[in-house]
Amino acid sequence: MSIIEVRQLTKIFGQEPNRAEQLLREGWSKEKIYKETKLTVGVNKANFSIQQGEIFVIMGLSGSGKSTLVRLLNRLIEPSSGQVLFNGKDIVQMSPNELRQLRRKNIGMVFQKFALFPHRTVLGNVEYGLEVQDIDKKNRQELAQNALKLVGLEGWESSRPDQLSGGMQQRVGLARGLANDPDILLMDEAFSALDPLIRKDMQQELLLLQARMKKTIVFITHDLDEALRIGDRIALMKDGSIVQIGTPEEILIQPADKYVERFVEDVDLSKVLTAAHVMLQPETITPERGPRVALQLMRDNGVSSLYVTDKEKKLLGVVTADDAPWLLDKTKLSKKSCKSMSRG
Amino acid sequence: MNIPKLPLGDWIETLEDWLTGNFEPLFDFIRAVIGTMVDAIETVLLSVPAIVLIILFSILAYWIGKWRIALFAFIGLMLIDNLGLWEPSMQSLSLVLTASILSVVAGVPIGIMCARSNSVQNIFTPVLDFMQTMPAFVYLLPAVSFFSLGVVPGVIASIIFAIPPTIRLTNLGIRQVPSDLVEAADAFGSTPMQKLVKLQLPLALPTIMAGINQTIMLSLSMVVISSMIGAQGVGALVYRAVTQAKTGIGFEAGIAIVIMAILLDRLTQSAFKKK
Repeated sequence: MSIIEVRQLTKIFGQEPNRAEQLLREGWSKEKIYKETKLTVGVNKANFSIQQGEIFVIMGLSGSGKSTLVRLLNRLIEPSSGQVLFNGKDIVQMSPNELRQLRRKNIGMVFQKFALFPHRTVLGNVEYGLEVQDIDKKNRQELAQNALKLVGLEGWESSRPDQLSGGMQQRVGLARGLANDPDILLMDEAFSALDPLIRKDMQQELLLLQARMKKTIVFITHDLDEALRIGDRIALMKDGSIVQIGTPEEILIQPADKYVERFVEDVDLSKVLTAAHVMLQPETITPERGPRVALQLMRDNGVSSLYVTDKEKKLLGVVTADDAPWLLDKTKLSKKSCKSMSRG
Repeated sequence: MNIPKLPLGDWIETLEDWLTGNFEPLFDFIRAVIGTMVDAIETVLLSVPAIVLIILFSILAYWIGKWRIALFAFIGLMLIDNLGLWEPSMQSLSLVLTASILSVVAGVPIGIMCARSNSVQNIFTPVLDFMQTMPAFVYLLPAVSFFSLGVVPGVIASIIFAIPPTIRLTNLGIRQVPSDLVEAADAFGSTPMQKLVKLQLPLALPTIMAGINQTIMLSLSMVVISSMIGAQGVGALVYRAVTQAKTGIGFEAGIAIVIMAILLDRLTQSAFKKK
């Protein structure tokens, strides 16, 4: 069941956005439109749906429009045209009051630079989303406490955000996003500001949380490794358009165009450089992932085998570098045979 | 080509006459409110013996500041009393406090409106520039014709001169709240009022307080000018000393103003820092 459905969603920044939409229809590029009209195409006719309970990753380089796209989902940025259906109801048409209710109850958000309120305690920050709903103090503190427990920050309630490390600050951000028990959690480059080891811990914890709470998560990142590790499905963006949507495996097997292909390759190369200091950590993979992802993760981490675990981190088995290519050949074979069959 | 001189001055005088003629009840009302306020504060300040008030001020200074401010308060106020300037000083203080309170009451909301809307800001910016740069003597005249002689036109003139920093710095303080925090407040479904009270005002507070501090200082600087239209107080003593070329009395009264200025400045600053 899809919880969010996005149709022809477009955002143009600048005066008189209609002109740019006209040019887009005529097939102009983002760059050319900017040169001619000084209008910036943020998001260009995005279409996708997000399923209940999945982690949907939107990936792209900076300037590709991914942060704009996620803000269109809760209308922090007003769309120029298109629809965002939340359980069938169009968010774009909502009144200010309906929109507030939606943000209070249904959609939580976690920010790249944490965006914690410096004048409030950790508990005060986590409470915020409940406080604006006028939930009484006792209840909201209890709910906020639970959210803090969830992210492992019990005992830090009365600290100030600036007394915490970056990783802990983002846990507070996560707790704040979870405190009002939203259906959807929007995470805008939530782990990008953290150093690599902590980022990895946070990714694993997010997977654990998601397995337990079955939240729908929309996760923005520019990091392919991160997208592969946590995404159930990945949407790749370039110049405001979505160029490919698919499972991690699909994106690696069949890059939709040259851009995606290069993206995938580039990340391979750059990852080799940092493999040394993650080698000591055993790498895990969930059983749904295909052989390409397994191989990719092994390559990235310089290991020849991966532990297969479920999302609760229960060990299920081991996959080695020898197994994966074998599987890969098999999938290729079956793909070929499919093709030949369809040709025939 | 010979362009005739614009009769700008005539227009302004016509406007002044028209306002005086048509809005007299309003001006009388304002005059009554401000006059009552000044009188009330003055009565309270002068109802207790000077020494009691001096000790109370010193304790207050110790409570919100450091012992050094408290010591300065005690010695400075004792000096004022010793010079026989206690009553005029309290009269001036009433004028300053009234003007400052009214400036804050009006200035903070105006500053908030400016922060919320660029067009409101664009309207107020030149008005504030005008208020701060137009020589105070010039608007003393209409103030007198609207409110007649006495302390009230002095308070009005002080407000006109002293309110801009509160408005400007309230506006600035709110606009300086980092946009990612404002975005976070929006993302959790805050109403504009909740955003203001729970996020923007608390974070803007140090800046707003700096503006209020400036407002108090500026209204204190108006006490001498106010005395030219009949306001009582140390300002009047300075004015008289100047017109009669009495250097000694002039300096004594001037020192009283300086002591009050330093005290008000240090007290407001440390009160804000404490918060």
